[in-house]
Amino acid sequence: MGRDNASDAVARIVATLPPYALSLGIGVDRIDGAAPVLTLDFSEKVHGRPGFLHGGAIGGLLEMAAIAALRVALAERGAVPRLKPVNMTVEFLRGGTEQRTYAIGRVTRAGRRIANVSAEAWQDDSARPIASAWMNVLLANG
Amino acid sequence: MNDVVPPFPIAPGQPFDPAIIAQVMNGRGHGGFIGLRYVNHGDDWIEIALPWRADLVGVPETGVPNSGILASGPIITLLDNATSMSVWVKSGAFRPQATLDLRLDYVRAATPGKTVIARAECYRLTRSAAFVRGLAHDGDPADPVAHAAGVFMKVEPF
Repeated sequence: MGRDNASDAVARIVATLPPYALSLGIGVDRIDGAAPVLTLDFSEKVHGRPGFLHGGAIGGLLEMAAIAALRVALAERGAVPRLKPVNMTVEFLRGGTEQRTYAIGRVTRAGRRIANVSAEAWQDDSARPIASAWMNVLLANG
Repeated sequence: MNDVVPPFPIAPGQPFDPAIIAQVMNGRGHGGFIGLRYVNHGDDWIEIALPWRADLVGVPETGVPNSGILASGPIITLLDNATSMSVWVKSGAFRPQATLDLRLDYVRAATPGKTVIARAECYRLTRSAAFVRGLAHDGDPADPVAHAAGVFMKVEPF
């Protein structure tokens, strides 16, 4: 992918981020393979117990990463259904510290009505994730 | 949010004081940012409110004031905080704990403009783990927006 195409792809994904993602400070860092890498900078807005990132903010970031990966996968097959999250499980693996957090989603399966998506978040070392999640999303057509 | 962030008001092992919950959430950290409010509590449960706000919307509706469905991220934080606090309510003391996992079922979309209220309960406390469940509704607990189930692990014994 050329640099212009890559920055266009990033801009297209940023345009799909909802007000919640933007007010929290979630951004798009790059496209990695098929899916965008989302970022969340540490700030008081996402601070949990002293010195650590809040689990809810991590969950929100993971969900945005999962949804963004799903949108890309669906767009590739020319589908733009409304996405309705059915459920989500977050596993917290390590405390998130006061630094930038990254997250990427992976589409396990996207059928006609349901998509199964997972996501992983990390900070300075992508081999040491701080949290992972899986979610089921209803694809609502029309 | 306040420019001056109040210090975290509780120390590990300190008896649990419900009046402190509001301070924990009011104007500090992620809970303060999304605007969580203490509502009520009992022996093993607590209620926390999340007022609707335009910048917390996940599904916007352009040009319509007080519209748009709350994103599920703030609902995760609401239920994470409420279930976490239900452990302190039941154990009677504040002790550090780590969320092992949290599952949310999004039963239906929250009504635009309405405050979402979480009622969370710690239904089992062992030496090493706390098992919690909760629901979120926007006025009628019999018509919930979301259900949650989770486990917290001790950092030190409960």
